[in-house]
Amino acid sequence: MHEEIALRVALFIACYNDTLFPETGKAVVRVLERLGHTVEFPAGQTCCGQMHYNTGYQAEAMPLLERFVAQFKHAEAVVVPSSSCVAMMRDHYPKMADQIGKLSLTVEVEKLLPRVFEFSEFLTKRLGLEDVGAYYPHRVTYHASCHGLRNLMLGDGPIRLLKAVRGIDLVEIDDSEQCCGFGGTFAMKNVEVSSAMLAEKVAAVLNTKAQACTACDNSCLMHVQGALHRQRTGVKTLHLAEILAGEERSTL
Amino acid sequence: MSGAILDPRTAPTFPMAAKMAMGDLQLRQNVRHATDVIRAKRAQVVNEMPDWQELREAGKKIRQHTMEHLDYYLQEFEANCTHAGGVVHWARDAEEARHIIVQLVKASGSSEVIKIKSMTTEEIQLNPALEAAGIHPFETDLAELIIQLGQDRPSHIVVPALHKNRHQIREIFQREMDLPELGERPQDLADAARIFLREKFLRVKTGVSGANFLIAETGGVCVVESEGNGRMCLTLPDTLITVAGIDKVLPRFQDLEVMLQLLPRSATGERMNPYNSIWTGVHAGDGPRAFHVVLMDNARTVVLADPEGRQTLHCIRCAACQNACPVYTQTGGHAYGSVYAGPIGAILTPQLQEMHHAQSLPYASSLCGACYEVCPVKINIPEVLIHLRNKVVKQNTAGFAGLFDVEAGAMKAMAMIFRSERRFRAAQRLGRIAERPIVDKEGWIGWLPGLLGGWTQSRDLQEMPKETFRDWWKKRDADDQ
Repeated sequence: MHEEIALRVALFIACYNDTLFPETGKAVVRVLERLGHTVEFPAGQTCCGQMHYNTGYQAEAMPLLERFVAQFKHAEAVVVPSSSCVAMMRDHYPKMADQIGKLSLTVEVEKLLPRVFEFSEFLTKRLGLEDVGAYYPHRVTYHASCHGLRNLMLGDGPIRLLKAVRGIDLVEIDDSEQCCGFGGTFAMKNVEVSSAMLAEKVAAVLNTKAQACTACDNSCLMHVQGALHRQRTGVKTLHLAEILAGEERSTL
Repeated sequence: MSGAILDPRTAPTFPMAAKMAMGDLQLRQNVRHATDVIRAKRAQVVNEMPDWQELREAGKKIRQHTMEHLDYYLQEFEANCTHAGGVVHWARDAEEARHIIVQLVKASGSSEVIKIKSMTTEEIQLNPALEAAGIHPFETDLAELIIQLGQDRPSHIVVPALHKNRHQIREIFQREMDLPELGERPQDLADAARIFLREKFLRVKTGVSGANFLIAETGGVCVVESEGNGRMCLTLPDTLITVAGIDKVLPRFQDLEVMLQLLPRSATGERMNPYNSIWTGVHAGDGPRAFHVVLMDNARTVVLADPEGRQTLHCIRCAACQNACPVYTQTGGHAYGSVYAGPIGAILTPQLQEMHHAQSLPYASSLCGACYEVCPVKINIPEVLIHLRNKVVKQNTAGFAGLFDVEAGAMKAMAMIFRSERRFRAAQRLGRIAERPIVDKEGWIGWLPGLLGGWTQSRDLQEMPKETFRDWWKKRDADDQ
């Protein structure tokens, strides 16, 4: 296998993955354990506060920051299968901690954040891996979620992971840097614009003739999937972790 | 009057205006085509710059430094401009600015003015004020001329008529210039405008301009443009009146080195603007004999006072954010109800309104970050959008009426749930029970009530799985032991 020292990885699943996409969490656990690492799940975790913060309810997000820090401050590494949650932490937690005004919290955030990784980032940047021994014999396209692309600078990391998957037929999507139109509450507050953006993304997905669209963020995928299903396209969506969890003997 | 005015105080909310705009398929095609073209040109000339990111950083630093010492640089500009023979006027708001300009035009003895494209004059609704005073303004920028003749409104900071295609422009020219035989080749349209404008350039003795930059060190004013009409307006009239927001100042002449690399590449995808005009005061026998600068606040100091919002004032009006924005490219500019549309408009307009109007604009974004990525002076627009959303929420939830805000109630309830693992688990269980009546046989939801109904207008939602991740984990943990 590989020579990386086994890590104790704390999984922050993200509230919506926990509730709506448990398969993603299971897949993350499977991949990390297959690579020889130990996974922990701090039970008191709930939400990173992104929805509140980005919608303008900053005061409501503050206790969720404190909660996250309390749950994860002793972790060797924190893995989050949601690029927008990691962006929330990196972009806003330091400033939020300052605003809360407890020096100890500011210091803890500063110490903790370098150990927080988005799932694909953990594999490519922390572990330096591309091939994680996965098998997924299907035609797939990758949607680069905005927060992963622009805030986390994931670059071609997820693509390199996918290219190393055995059996995969990876097709590049047109206008890969275009937003799918989700944007959290934007999808409901600005339905018309959001739907028009989504229509373009769905057309681009269909254009690839892929059987599945993957990403590092289930919130974008939930949005894309909502339209793929509404239009009865038969194309599915699944998190990158679920593809990387695929194994030759378990599939087919 | 020159058509309906974009006024944030009376504009419909963004979602309403966007819905209307999106029904106009011709407009959407025009906007999409134009922004695609400019975006591709920008990408090409930006990618050829090895030091683009360093330039952006330099641009940001210059603007940041200027805003931190704005009082100093404004006074330095005033002193140097005055020394060079210019007259500096100070205007607290749009009304004062309009009043000063109208008085100056009257004093110049002219009942007409030729104008260079200026968003600041659009911001203060100068043309209606001039007309009310019996002064006829002629827009000389081709796009602004199209807007003026068509009694239309600007929809883009750099290309105000980008929502019109050449067939529509031809119709306007045929009608307004009385040229029934006019062709529709770009050359035909440009020729018609040239003949129409040349006569104005030669006749009208008073010019009005905006400014791209005010240079404190020299007292000079800089305007960049593509057509040369600006050069005409700056050199032919006897009297030149420039109106500029106080945010337009740059400390040193040398700062143009950075700005004049960033601006044209970001704005029009040109390596250099075809016309770069810099003038300082008045010179005997060369250009206007009288030169006035109106330095206008109009809420800029209010923006400056907010540490988290003030980076908005770094903007150099290149409109790269508009061309890059997936929201703007769907709706065009009019939906924003302000002359400043797109991402920069979504943060600038509500702040210039001191948050009294345009509260829906900070929400007119999916926070995708494309605007920040292209901004030549690195304004973190998503960060400011979020900051302004917080201001809107604070307004909406203040006082007694705030207790009945449905969204705020739901958000507070969610926050309470997230503050306890026990409550979070209970909410997950409750959610599975609550959704039962609306889940179809295949396990999908096609209709949601209330605020969530927006989702199901164009998307389905899969039912909640029988088991959450944390339940699965707990079971697995128990099995292991």
